[in-house]
Amino acid sequence: MLIHLLLVGVGGFFGAIARFYLSQMLNNKSSFRIPIGTLTVNLVGAFILGIITGIEANTMIALFFGTGFMGAFTTFSTLKLEMIQLYVKKYKREFLIYTGITYGGGLIVAYLGYIIGALFAS
Amino acid sequence: MVYLYVGIAGFLGAILRYLIGISFFMNSSFPYATLSINLFGSFLLSWLTTNFFKRFSLSSSLKTAIGTGFVGSFTTFSTLSVETVELFESGRFLIGILYIFVSIAGGLLMSRLGFKVSMEEQQS
Repeated sequence: MLIHLLLVGVGGFFGAIARFYLSQMLNNKSSFRIPIGTLTVNLVGAFILGIITGIEANTMIALFFGTGFMGAFTTFSTLKLEMIQLYVKKYKREFLIYTGITYGGGLIVAYLGYIIGALFAS
Repeated sequence: MVYLYVGIAGFLGAILRYLIGISFFMNSSFPYATLSINLFGSFLLSWLTTNFFKRFSLSSSLKTAIGTGFVGSFTTFSTLSVETVELFESGRFLIGILYIFVSIAGGLLMSRLGFKVSMEEQQS
């Protein structure tokens, strides 16, 4: 039990730092109103978690890389905050595009990852 | 140094998410755990940024640690996507659509609610 908690926690430690680093770098560099940083981490994370799930990774790997790292690397609360901010600022088009790419793209890449992972499942 | 704070907060956020996941709704066929975590986290982050962080003079590293690190890691997008894929894969297509829809609309409502509660608190 304790080892499970630690695996998730340490994965979350690195996942959060990686998200912070990447989204800061990408959001600052971008001239779009759509937050490219959050979008990138969410899509990459959904793809990799799809692979981990499809491959039926063992518990330790799933807890560390899946629940811990990818769970923390991707985020839902920031996504919603950014969506509301676009909406409040009346950037309706950006709001719709951001919503569409995040959810549509997230499902597609997660599915793709899942299928790729299942090919390698033992 | 802010990276270390974000990491420690991420450690705690991920563990809390995991604990809620294994403590509640374990035998449910609908991903209630992720949904409630995501909805509550959306409310929390919006309330923190519009109210709490403004009222209390925390250092900017601490704000980043709590908002980006803790709440950011507590909520998750990858699990939501993969859970939906699994619902589709097991033939529960409508439930999957419902899950996505409630996440999109519910998350926005909760985030909006966080703003509203902040505004009312500031007026009173």
